[in-house]
Amino acid sequence: MTTPAHAMIARRIVPDTEHDVRSQVPEQDRSNSDLGVRASIADVLSHRGEQLLDGWVARGAVVAGASSADDLRRDGGAVVDALGRALNGADQSLDLGPVSGLLSDFSARRTRSGDRPSQTAGLILALREALLTELDSTLDEGADRMAVAREAGRLVDGLALGSFDGFLAGREEVISQQGEQLLELSTPVVRVWDRVVAAPLVGTLDSARAQVVMESLLQAIADDGALVAILDITGVPTVDTLVAQHLLKTVAATRLMGADCIVSGIAPQTAQTMVQLGIDLSEVTTRSSLADALVLAIARVQAHTERAARP
Amino acid sequence: MTAVPVVRMQDALIAAMQEDIDDQSALELADRLAAEVSTHGARIVLLDVSAAQVVDSFISRVIVDIARVCRLLGAEVTVVGIRPAVAITLVELGLSLEGVRTALTIDDALAALEEGAGADGRLA
Repeated sequence: MTTPAHAMIARRIVPDTEHDVRSQVPEQDRSNSDLGVRASIADVLSHRGEQLLDGWVARGAVVAGASSADDLRRDGGAVVDALGRALNGADQSLDLGPVSGLLSDFSARRTRSGDRPSQTAGLILALREALLTELDSTLDEGADRMAVAREAGRLVDGLALGSFDGFLAGREEVISQQGEQLLELSTPVVRVWDRVVAAPLVGTLDSARAQVVMESLLQAIADDGALVAILDITGVPTVDTLVAQHLLKTVAATRLMGADCIVSGIAPQTAQTMVQLGIDLSEVTTRSSLADALVLAIARVQAHTERAARP
Repeated sequence: MTAVPVVRMQDALIAAMQEDIDDQSALELADRLAAEVSTHGARIVLLDVSAAQVVDSFISRVIVDIARVCRLLGAEVTVVGIRPAVAITLVELGLSLEGVRTALTIDDALAALEEGAGADGRLA
């Protein structure tokens, strides 16, 4: 048999983030009268679901604007149904997992549409007002209105807190997608001449990006049969020892592939910093601009093809 | 152990390493190349590694040694067709085959040798 105390201990030992919402409800208040209170809430949810949804959407529109409220009208019905099922099926422990799952999805979607977290939370909290209004009009004279109101408030508060998790998850997803896009955008490798490829680097060169640059540059050399690779660092704001090390590695790797590597676009200030830091690029061919590097690369390719054409 | 085939064309020797070259065959190749270079007076040695998916530190050291030995015997070694993944691994291991010529294809290797550009085929 599962007493509330047992259930609580089990929950503490096995943390379950999915159902965290439940732990917002103080367990010691659970009793048979509690079940009665829940039954009356469930009753309202199942019999006056439509009026409840109307009230919810109307109040939500005030807090969060019309477009959010439209979205709520589409999804609110499922939430009300799921909540009703959760309350009806409830013995001692109340499983709000399906409801908070629905609300998390809703919240994540609203986040992507540009809603602030306070708007989404306000939208969900609007359910309490709507629920209380419906309860007020349906409860018998003898009912313990205070207890019912308290339970309804607790339920909705828990759901609203859960929606923050949904908001954060949605935000995290957006951030990680943007990070990936940025990585792809900032490391193009272009074929600038017959058998010459160039990688114009823009932004700070950290280890992850340096790895991507190296991989895509080497792949481009293999695909195009390039003889010369140009690494243009005009758009790299600072070159410290770590960045220089990445550059040297890339140069060494292109050399292994049988291509020459030219580093171009070192700003005067950057050159001075590099010398002061004692970074040694003497083994690397450098040119001040991409244009100069291209001239050198073309000369190299022409010399190569002339030799190759000679019988 | 499978022996690496070595083909002679005029004054060039071409050795093509297989996908799964082991340490023993690499050492055996080094011995055989040195012998062939001195018997036939070869001037050019092309080491094709384009089939190799993995080049470890031992193999890369053998390659550098082959290059040094052959140079002593009067032949220039070019390593041909290192794959991007292999190049990255070698660089991460700090093995950049210093002093060994490299080329993407055998044609490029021969053209670069004709050119004689720079000390090890690099840009001046």
